[in-house]
Amino acid sequence: MTLKKIVEILRATIVSAADNSDIDIQGAYSTDLMSNVLYYHAPNSVLITSLVNPQVVQTAEIAGIKIIVFTQNKKPDKDIIELANQKKIPLLVTPFSMYIASGKLFQAGLHGIRNN
Amino acid sequence: MVTNQAIEGSFQLIGGIFENAGNASIQLKQKLTELGIKEDVVRRAAIVTFEAEMNVIIYAAAGWLRYYITPQYIKIIVEDMGPGIEDIELAMQEGYSTAPEWIREMGWGAGMGLPNMKKNSDEFKIDSVVGEGTTVEMMINLTS
Repeated sequence: MTLKKIVEILRATIVSAADNSDIDIQGAYSTDLMSNVLYYHAPNSVLITSLVNPQVVQTAEIAGIKIIVFTQNKKPDKDIIELANQKKIPLLVTPFSMYIASGKLFQAGLHGIRNN
Repeated sequence: MVTNQAIEGSFQLIGGIFENAGNASIQLKQKLTELGIKEDVVRRAAIVTFEAEMNVIIYAAAGWLRYYITPQYIKIIVEDMGPGIEDIELAMQEGYSTAPEWIREMGWGAGMGLPNMKKNSDEFKIDSVVGEGTTVEMMINLTS
């Protein structure tokens, strides 16, 4: 699934400068626990979270996550956006809750990573 | 791997400073990528290093992260001046954590760190003395 498609499904705003429109996203994971992201890591996936801090971006880079979606219109601050720009990880903000955002992507064919 | 020589390096970690958390792991990840090591191996090394780095930042006053890269393996040793772990067996259980609430609010302290380090290493050793500190040693094979 492309970045463009995810933006469309989640009615999201891209808040970072990174333009990686040709990324092919193969899975998704929803959590506020960064240790879980590292435990169930999967490359080329999207992270859906309501946690907004710089470690989310650091964790994403370590775990090979390609897109971060912040739920319920939680907007990252300047420092977080700057960090994401350096790492070329697009940051999206969606008005939907974590549950609804996950459900919409699942319904559109983007399934979970492995059996999780 | 493009070199036959052992490469080593170290980073100093300061407890409680979250702004730079992950920088040591990301620099190591870049170095491993530059050396031409396979992506999945690089990711495992980055994950174990990041977990260990976060543990020092969350629990300890300070620590050192040292790494050795040889054609055969990557070894990561993280030594801290922290409170130590009373019951290592319990600490190795998934979901067991002593992290305070504010750490959990930051997305950490889910009790997955040490199990994850073990899961992603080919060899994992932990040694801890209460009141002195903890050392973890993790090795990832480069030859399969």
